[in-house]
Amino acid sequence: MYKLLLSWRYLKSRYIALASIVSVTLGVATLIVVNSVMAGFSDEMHKRLHGILSDIVIRSHDLNGLPDAEWHMDEIRQITGDDIEAMTAAIQIPAMINFRNNIQGQWITQPITLIGIDQETYGGVSDFSEYLLHPENRQQLDFLLKENDYGLGKRERFPVSGWARRRVSAEWEQGAVEAQTDGLEIDASDIPPSPFPLVDDGGVEGRGDTVDGLVDGEIPGVPFQAVDEPQLTFDPAVEQHTGIVLGISICSIRGRDVNGELADYYFALPGDDVKITVPNTGQPPKAVSDSFTIVDFYESEMSEYDSSFAFVPLSKIQNLRGMVDVQSGTKSVSTIQLKLKDGVDLNVVKEKLQARFPIQQFGYQIQTWRDMQGPLLAAVQLETTILNILLFLIIAVAGFGILATFFMIVVEKTRDVGILKSLGAPSGGVMSIFLGYGLSLGTVGSGVGLVLGLLFVDHINTIAGWIEKITGQEVFDPTVYYFNEIPVIVNPLTCVWVVLGAVGIAVIASILPARKAAKLHPVEALRYE
Amino acid sequence: MSSAFELPRLEPQPTSTASQETLHPRLLQAPVVLKASGVIKSYRKGKVEVPVLNGVDIEVVEGEFQAIVGASGSGKSTLLHLLATLDRPDRGEIYFEENRIDNLPAASRDILRNRYIGMIFQFYHLLPELTALENVLMPVMINHGMVSYMLQRRKFRKRAKELLDLVGLSHRLKHRPREMSGGEMQRVAIARSLMANPRLLLADEPTGNLDRSAGDEIMEIIHDLNSTYDVTIVMVTHDMSIAAQADRTVRLVEGRVESVSFQS
Repeated sequence: MYKLLLSWRYLKSRYIALASIVSVTLGVATLIVVNSVMAGFSDEMHKRLHGILSDIVIRSHDLNGLPDAEWHMDEIRQITGDDIEAMTAAIQIPAMINFRNNIQGQWITQPITLIGIDQETYGGVSDFSEYLLHPENRQQLDFLLKENDYGLGKRERFPVSGWARRRVSAEWEQGAVEAQTDGLEIDASDIPPSPFPLVDDGGVEGRGDTVDGLVDGEIPGVPFQAVDEPQLTFDPAVEQHTGIVLGISICSIRGRDVNGELADYYFALPGDDVKITVPNTGQPPKAVSDSFTIVDFYESEMSEYDSSFAFVPLSKIQNLRGMVDVQSGTKSVSTIQLKLKDGVDLNVVKEKLQARFPIQQFGYQIQTWRDMQGPLLAAVQLETTILNILLFLIIAVAGFGILATFFMIVVEKTRDVGILKSLGAPSGGVMSIFLGYGLSLGTVGSGVGLVLGLLFVDHINTIAGWIEKITGQEVFDPTVYYFNEIPVIVNPLTCVWVVLGAVGIAVIASILPARKAAKLHPVEALRYE
Repeated sequence: MSSAFELPRLEPQPTSTASQETLHPRLLQAPVVLKASGVIKSYRKGKVEVPVLNGVDIEVVEGEFQAIVGASGSGKSTLLHLLATLDRPDRGEIYFEENRIDNLPAASRDILRNRYIGMIFQFYHLLPELTALENVLMPVMINHGMVSYMLQRRKFRKRAKELLDLVGLSHRLKHRPREMSGGEMQRVAIARSLMANPRLLLADEPTGNLDRSAGDEIMEIIHDLNSTYDVTIVMVTHDMSIAAQADRTVRLVEGRVESVSFQS
């Protein structure tokens, strides 16, 4: 009883000791905030990565891919049985994109990763569809240009695009051509005939393989292409090329306007045409190109993907690159992606697949999504661990502060210890007074820290706003992170550990002073002035 | 008041100042409460060993008021600490009610100090964070666990209030030591020393830090305890006028008992 009473009275009368645990409070609060933000961050990242990547990817080491996708997919179905929820085949190859900047008019060329997808099944293995800008495409992508309404529900200030834009720009282009020719007063008949047969100029005048030159039979054409594309003239106001879904950062930049407001600049929009150049399957590969019409944007908010991915129909790439076996008619793909049912162990399935497709024989790379983003996830994990260690060191430093303060208090209370012992208090009792004192200081300190930390986490975006106002510095720049808010996840278990750790340190720091107090000789302690 | 004290109330004795060779007749048949024989104690100051007590024999009987006098450095406080088991003699034996106590383990000596021997000091030694009432309650708080204390709290508080009333401080229950005068603090200390109803009260110059009138008040209370409530008291003092009121006066010189005088 006296232990409790005295611990409590010492706590109430010694404000210096409370000051010494402010560092514990701050340490606990910081740890909770940092852990919550890091957990939120890495969770968001996991979600994003996992959403973009399918569970397991079987990838051919060769750009020309694994032959006969159907056979592979049947084999995989047999091996994995019921574990599979969805499966799709795709082609992933490096490519060049070339398009006209609609602000300044010059041509822009960029490297991209071109992905040929089967639009029926691709949405099943990842969250691909969710990241599209047009609401109808989010339901089911069909690679056809929509009238307008891009960005509905995602980017509210998205400019007019789709057919609405395409018609206007076709009209404008037509007008511009007419104005130019009128002004020059050149008759079309004045242009001298080209000495060469016309081959694909890639212009808006239609596709290379349907221009007049081919009809003459000077270059042997592929017979079905003429059937595929019977029209000889291409009217951009009512027609589109094969659709392409572009990663949004390929043709836009996020920045700030003169008022400092966040703004996006689009170099091209759905409805515009782009040219894609890919290596074909020849030995050595040669560049082949074709025109595509942007039918949607893809915004996963992972800048790495948004700035490089472009999606086109799988069969289009297979035809363009020549990935069709002439004899059998089977088509090659470069990756097969699987989505597994909930609760199925990724690594087990991965090992089964590796056993079926041994690397020596097939040369396929079989990876889970974690393998693919391993370094990034590991980096985030490492960062969290190091931050935790550093912050716990702060609390440990606070522990030394408590140690010093407690020694002072024990010295100050030497006579009290003598009095208690002369009244028959055992050494253990004296020790537990000071241990109890340390415990209550630690509890108060980390309790306040816990509350502060949780409040901070709860209002972190408001607080970030204030700090921005006061310092003028962006705390959490959406142009960098693509998050509009700081993501936080409070893990109760982490909070419990942090608080227990802090209380533990306070108690440990009070052990030495408490032992010193317990060992005091009563006569000497009573004489102490 | 008598309900708070289990001590028998004795008839007041006629006092005389004549010195005699033995104890007052009323104490002749009384049992020995405390006995020290051949107590030797020395302190180490660096490498030098300073002898303090060189073979002291004393005896205290029940109901006695004994004074130990001597110049400073004569070892009288050290002797009192040894008697209170706050320290251990280098050699010699100390008996409390015929049980040897100088070689008891720490836990037993703690219990002895807590329940059987009360102490008051020159510098009062109250706990500054606690009120007068809480200071008086301290011995029972130490003796009892939390549950046991909380169950008997009313009884303890009642007794503590009665004791404070006895020393004339019933109006000061909630005051902290620093709000009280020296005399008042010493009275709280006396109440505290009686809380556990001890068999023996050891006083270490209780008036040494007080002015004349406050000292007289304290002596009056101590006398009253001895004569009215028959508390056995051993008091260390260097004030000969106080020593003159004792039943037996032991004079220490350089760590030895020089003389013992009696008074009836």
